[in-house]
Amino acid sequence: MTLTEQRPAPTEPSSSITANRMTRVQVGAVGLVAVAVGALSWLSSGSPNWARWIVVTLVTYCVGIYIVARIVEGRRQALDRLMLALVTSAFALVVMPLASVIWTVIERGTNRFDAEFFTETMRGVTGEGGGIYHAIVGTLIVTGLATLMSVPFGLFTAIYLAEYGHGTKLAKAIQAMVDVMTGIPSIVAGLFAYAMFELIFGPGTRSGIAGAVALTVLMTPVVVRSSEEMLRLVPNELREASYALGVPKWKTIVKVVLPTAIAGIITGVVLAIARVIGETAPLLVTAGLAQGVNWNPFDGRMTTLPVFTYYQYVQPGVPPSNGQDRAWAAALVLIIIVMVLFTLARILAHVLKPKGLR
Amino acid sequence: MTNVRSSSSEGTATMTDRVDIPAADVDASGTAAHTGPDNRIVVEDLNIYYSSFLAVKDVNMVIEPRSVTALIGPSGCGKSTFIRSLNRMHEVITGAHVEGAVYVDGENLYGPGVDPVAVRRKVGMVFQRPNPFPTMSIADNVLAGKRLNSKRINKSDAEDLVEKSLRGANLWEEVKDRLDKPGSGLSGGQQQRLCIARAIAVEPEILLMDEPCSALDPISTLAIEQLMNELKSTYTIVIVTHNMQQAARVSSRTAFFTIDGTGQPGYVVEMDDTDVMFSNPKQQSTIDYVTGRFG
Repeated sequence: MTLTEQRPAPTEPSSSITANRMTRVQVGAVGLVAVAVGALSWLSSGSPNWARWIVVTLVTYCVGIYIVARIVEGRRQALDRLMLALVTSAFALVVMPLASVIWTVIERGTNRFDAEFFTETMRGVTGEGGGIYHAIVGTLIVTGLATLMSVPFGLFTAIYLAEYGHGTKLAKAIQAMVDVMTGIPSIVAGLFAYAMFELIFGPGTRSGIAGAVALTVLMTPVVVRSSEEMLRLVPNELREASYALGVPKWKTIVKVVLPTAIAGIITGVVLAIARVIGETAPLLVTAGLAQGVNWNPFDGRMTTLPVFTYYQYVQPGVPPSNGQDRAWAAALVLIIIVMVLFTLARILAHVLKPKGLR
Repeated sequence: MTNVRSSSSEGTATMTDRVDIPAADVDASGTAAHTGPDNRIVVEDLNIYYSSFLAVKDVNMVIEPRSVTALIGPSGCGKSTFIRSLNRMHEVITGAHVEGAVYVDGENLYGPGVDPVAVRRKVGMVFQRPNPFPTMSIADNVLAGKRLNSKRINKSDAEDLVEKSLRGANLWEEVKDRLDKPGSGLSGGQQQRLCIARAIAVEPEILLMDEPCSALDPISTLAIEQLMNELKSTYTIVIVTHNMQQAARVSSRTAFFTIDGTGQPGYVVEMDDTDVMFSNPKQQSTIDYVTGRFG
């Protein structure tokens, strides 16, 4: 095997700072062997299985690179290469399911990715056709309202925690509550909003605003935590510089602290939106399902994309392929909306980022 | 303006051995000393705390108007804490407070009803590390004090103020072609001069400088020392420095702070004219410190 071939030993075994190093070719050869071993295991198992190939390849590479490097380079370099291989493998394993999900959604979602799908609703549709116009409208309205409610609450809470209440008992209590809120199951948030609106508007009330309230409960703690972290990253020197100019505290926060942190705050808000835009359970109980467009969040049921996807999959109709295709396509649209949001946030954050910091 | 000059010249004579005189004496002559709009700073029995920890004790000091006063001493002896108490920046830290009085123009900065924000408009400050606002351009940094204090200024006034302040900070020639570029793109020395321009743009009467040159190279340091020499005809300047040559070069009066050990409060050992402090100080610990023999 070429792997174990060593480079010619230095003619003078001399200097204490030179040692044998593996060449790129040798490292590449170990990688190739690992890929081959993985492929062999795939072929020998009979059924094609990408996951098995990748896992076997990664394991073989980790073991192989350690053994070869141990022989060629010595113990320290071998451990170094093993650690690099392990962290890279961990990354690859984490990305694998993500790539698989995206691939599956794109593959099946494109069956119904046509113009009708975006312009029609499900009103009167039982078999073929139909669209998600009403669900897109619903998702944007419900998520938008939730954002409108949770960003002021969340940002103001974060400003209190980072700028005013630092170290006080009240601030610590709020922080603990926010941490608890981050962990509440989404269905609990949904039931809370449902119960609240039932108490006010009578039993069985379902509306877009109830869904938005449920999402606000989920979203606010995320906004608080991320905004607070971003505000804490603003150097104290900037606040002191502002105070030293005779600027009052509230103005320092509005004109110096917030503009410095705004890029991170926006990223945090978009992460929070991404967290709730795919919520199904709380919207199932609060906003419900409608077949047509409902522009009024204060009256009547309102369909959102996750709920639509859920119902199309559990009640696909006859033949089931129609509903299932709609479900996959709706899931794809949801992913695209989230990606567009992320892209917009990145652009916005870049534009608003403090200039000249490299 | 004329009585300003006369009172400041006679002030130097009467204030020479002020540090250790009894409190009653301070009160009597202090009242006389802080009459007139001369921005003399009179510190009386100032104890500075972080929560319950006494950081600096029993400071009695007179800082002469329109001159540079240097504060020297080993690290941790409370020079920065003290200078921050002169414009009520000390209390920005949670739990920090002071006891005693600081008179500027005869008004006690720590008197009842005094607004710290108003104090800071009168007593400007330059920090150890240059800290221009990263979201603002060079011109906006200079105007920050005015703009953030919600004073509307029209465009030509703003331009005049930017030029005047930047010229005052010896920075105009270097940045006049890129006033709309971010302030954080300048070099460290330029940033520090930008911070000085920002501080003098709000037209304070007193300028506090907390080790303004410690992060700068010798050339930038020279530029800022020259600047201090020019500014002292208009402002009362107090500078904290670790660089004794710098104290000797720029200041007319020097106060030496020290500390007896960790956990002990810092205090003023002595204060005198700078040339006396560096040639013939009264206290042995001052001699040790200025000659470099300090432990």
